[in-house]
Amino acid sequence: MNRIDGWIAGLCAALLLVAPLLLNAYWVDVLNSVGLYALLALGLNLILGEAGLFNMGHAAFYAMGAYTAAILNTRYQIPILWTLPLSGLVAGLFALAVARPVVHLRGDYLLIVTIGVGEIVRIALVNDVFGITGGANGIFGISRPNFFGFIIRQPQQFFYLIWGFVALTIFLLLRLKQSRFGRALNYLREDAVAAEGSGINTAYYKLAAFGLGAFWAGMAGCLFAAKMTIISPESFSFWESVMLFMIVILGGAGSIPGVLLAAFLVIGLPELFREFSSARMLVFGLVMMVMMVVRPQGLLPARGRRFG
Amino acid sequence: MEEFLQQLTNGLAVGGIYALIALGYTMVYGVLKLINFAHGDLFTYGAYLGLTLLTSLALTDRLGFALGVLVLVLMVMGLVAVLGAILERAAYRPLRESPRLSAVVSALGASIFLQNTLMLIYGARFQVYPDDVLPHTTLDLFGFYIPLMRVLIVLASVLMMIALYLFIQKTRIGAAIRAAAIDQGAARLMGIDVNRVILLVFLLGPALGGVAGLMVGLYYGQINFTMGWVYGMKAFTAAILGGIGNIPGAMVGGLLLGVIEAMGAAYLSIAWKDAIAFFVLILILIVRPTGLLGERVADKI
Repeated sequence: MNRIDGWIAGLCAALLLVAPLLLNAYWVDVLNSVGLYALLALGLNLILGEAGLFNMGHAAFYAMGAYTAAILNTRYQIPILWTLPLSGLVAGLFALAVARPVVHLRGDYLLIVTIGVGEIVRIALVNDVFGITGGANGIFGISRPNFFGFIIRQPQQFFYLIWGFVALTIFLLLRLKQSRFGRALNYLREDAVAAEGSGINTAYYKLAAFGLGAFWAGMAGCLFAAKMTIISPESFSFWESVMLFMIVILGGAGSIPGVLLAAFLVIGLPELFREFSSARMLVFGLVMMVMMVVRPQGLLPARGRRFG
Repeated sequence: MEEFLQQLTNGLAVGGIYALIALGYTMVYGVLKLINFAHGDLFTYGAYLGLTLLTSLALTDRLGFALGVLVLVLMVMGLVAVLGAILERAAYRPLRESPRLSAVVSALGASIFLQNTLMLIYGARFQVYPDDVLPHTTLDLFGFYIPLMRVLIVLASVLMMIALYLFIQKTRIGAAIRAAAIDQGAARLMGIDVNRVILLVFLLGPALGGVAGLMVGLYYGQINFTMGWVYGMKAFTAAILGGIGNIPGAMVGGLLLGVIEAMGAAYLSIAWKDAIAFFVLILILIVRPTGLLGERVADKI
């Protein structure tokens, strides 16, 4: 990261830090949504951007986390923030179990399988699987997060919870990117055969990327459940997965600033044009088509690694 | 027995519809190695165009049922084929040399675009095919009563599949399509205009998909602007089940999936009906990724 990038990053962070003080509750809530999507997209970026695995079922992992948190909270009265690691764990393990038999498939086949997994999970939730997901109505009455005795209920308070988590995520992902693990994922994306030839256990790294990305989606799901206090299957539809996929691709696969920028554009921008809300998906579709011709590498593409 | 036969014929009718859509996927995949995500939406356009033409031109009143529906089918085929060609021109041709991910994203974008165009034109609610223009006859087949529409759909889809199969296998143009699917470069060296082949594939596939949409409208009576993606996914499953890129495979896969789904919904659980196709999809990709009749797809690493 050079000096200018550092200044821009610092400026953005400072703006975000004071944003809740300047904006009304509605816009803070929009920023909270942006933050949640940024978290989800950063997790997906690990799978799709860094490792190059086409995953269009990310909403399934998100749902796993949200439902784990909601069920533990409403049935066993476990404080919602305590369920955070467990939500991630359930989502991650689920991802490992699902990805294990299919992870070797060629790109677009993996895409189709993950769409299928996403749909199966959604249908299972609607059908009240094991009698614990509440069917099409979902689960309600999830308690507010209690942060060492301080109950978080205002959008402004959630803002700091969510964006604090985003900041932590960015820090960890930047470290991961620089590590042996991150380099292995990139090698895998560029040329799986050559990576295998250089002694990288491709199956292991592919699964690890899936598990880790899903772990993050699960934790984002927990935060989502805490923020909404009501969750239902329609929050985890196929379009959610498409949206996340789009955020990563439009922002620039493998680029953390790109993903953040795209999360702002894809989630935040439509709020500015609410009067045209019925046409906004149309514009989305058009933008996706045009972007792939004009700028397929994304808005802020990932830069090559520099050493020394 | 009665229920079994009803489910079987119902499954065959739905399977015929899946097969017609699956043909579009499989032909495009064969030639371009691209999953045309917008194909399901072209199918929806078939259903909506069929509804509009049926009600605005009153074809069945003027020409009688048989001729009216035939003219309707031809009009829908023509219009959706043109849409398919436009789609190829606008969304896929500029990306012919790009990495696959770009084309996949563009296809998704096209799908979202087409879907929402329909929503803006017709509104988000379900549209209903007029009840009175179609005969509600049931046929008495050896003591079993089967709706006429169901029989017609099975017959029409099988007929179209046979016609397509003969076209691909017996004509020079069909040979060109097969050649381009095997090796585009070599086909070009043999003097085949690959661009024309691709255009042709994008005319044929959507034409069949459009008819499938019309059939869904006539069979179920109601259509929705988002139905393309569910049918599209199932048809794609059918294409993989039969072996993607393989034209007879798509036909067999479609009919088989329709029957599996009908039986599963009847004897296992109706609530899980829409998940059955996805279970089949995942199972087939794990157990036999080449599909029943297909080429090798999975890179074992």
